[in-house]
Amino acid sequence: MSPTVLTLIRKDILLEFRQQHSFYGVLLYVASTIFVLYLAMGQPESPIWNGLYWMIQLFVCVNAVAKSFLQESRGRQLYFYSICNPAHFILARMLFNAVLMLVMNGISLGLFFLLLGSPLVHTGWFVLISGFGAVSISLVFSFLAAIASRAQQNAALMAILGFPLIVPQLMLLMRLSSVAFSDVFQSGWISMFGLMAGFDALVIVLSLILFPYLWKD
Amino acid sequence: MIRKNWWKILSILFLLYTVIAGFLGPVPARRILNETIRNLYFHVAMWFCMMILFIVSLVYAVRYLRHNRIGDDIYSVEYARTGIVFGMLGLITGAVWAKYTWGDFWSNDPKQLGAAIALLIYLAYFVLRNSLTDRDKSARISAVYNVFAFAMLFPTIWIIPRLMDSLHPGGQGNPALDTRDIDNRMRLVFWFGAIPGWTLLAIWITTLRIRLRQYALKHELHA
Repeated sequence: MSPTVLTLIRKDILLEFRQQHSFYGVLLYVASTIFVLYLAMGQPESPIWNGLYWMIQLFVCVNAVAKSFLQESRGRQLYFYSICNPAHFILARMLFNAVLMLVMNGISLGLFFLLLGSPLVHTGWFVLISGFGAVSISLVFSFLAAIASRAQQNAALMAILGFPLIVPQLMLLMRLSSVAFSDVFQSGWISMFGLMAGFDALVIVLSLILFPYLWKD
Repeated sequence: MIRKNWWKILSILFLLYTVIAGFLGPVPARRILNETIRNLYFHVAMWFCMMILFIVSLVYAVRYLRHNRIGDDIYSVEYARTGIVFGMLGLITGAVWAKYTWGDFWSNDPKQLGAAIALLIYLAYFVLRNSLTDRDKSARISAVYNVFAFAMLFPTIWIIPRLMDSLHPGGQGNPALDTRDIDNRMRLVFWFGAIPGWTLLAIWITTLRIRLRQYALKHELHA
């Protein structure tokens, strides 16, 4: 990994520490959504638990990742564009968002266990899959945020562009994670895992190719 | 090719053949499917058409990104537009078929869900276009989304339905149709009537819209 990417990631983390309000905003969003879910559903059964978990991840991701591109002023964007390579820039953003989503994933996992109970049989497996899923979702939405930031009413646009695109991955993730709820062995999870990894690779490669066209204005 | 006539006549001939042979021609008798097997000439052909149009749209999107010519953008968007129309027709003909074979218009079959997702993705493409006011910016960003969406669409339509249980013909293996159900007489009508006929018709519709857009653009530039 080139030093530029590392510097850019460090810059993002530093910004996150200096402007903590947005981080706490997303945190509060996670906590209040799950609390509302708890009030509405109590402690649901495993398929519903699984479905709710991934829906929450989706909404958290839209909120957490959207701000990464939408927050920046035009002037600052122009500054980044003039000093660094687009491929480095998008790569750094994706890695940063992946880390951010991993943190959010950990927090929402904890809140789910606390409030909605734990119907899980293989907790370790679920934690692994949820981390993998959080990274995958954040990669897709990082690129979509880059697209949406070019248009007006961009927050709504993120959902319109992203939700249909993310469905295949969400379906895969739900099937993968459903293994964690019972002792029944499910065949074919290796190929599903491979498919998810393939999706991630595809998204990264496409972003590296396409992002340079997005950012010159 | 746009202003030539021969392929338009060819399209009409192909379609006449498709409709006449499609409704009157012999088909093998299969359980459950019965006469609904004729939907192959209409429903499956619509999906073939849609995929072809989306591929053409993708090619023009890539060309736009490479050369920055507004003409390529017009081609790209109009092919995507006709593609959506054919996709919707495919969905409707499929739903009618499902009513008579599965008993319901909509039964959350993975194929139906995949099709609906594909349409949503391309409808979002038009929302994105219209939310950008500057023409060059709108063309460039929607071209980027076009490429990205197309790459994500393939898994939706071709991989996911194979992973899940589906009632759709060709459930395991070929995603579109069960090749054991049809015979050579049907293959003839399908490959030499329906597919070229509907595709040429779709291109014809698209070229008309492209000419309209080109005219409007010229008018705008000279105004």
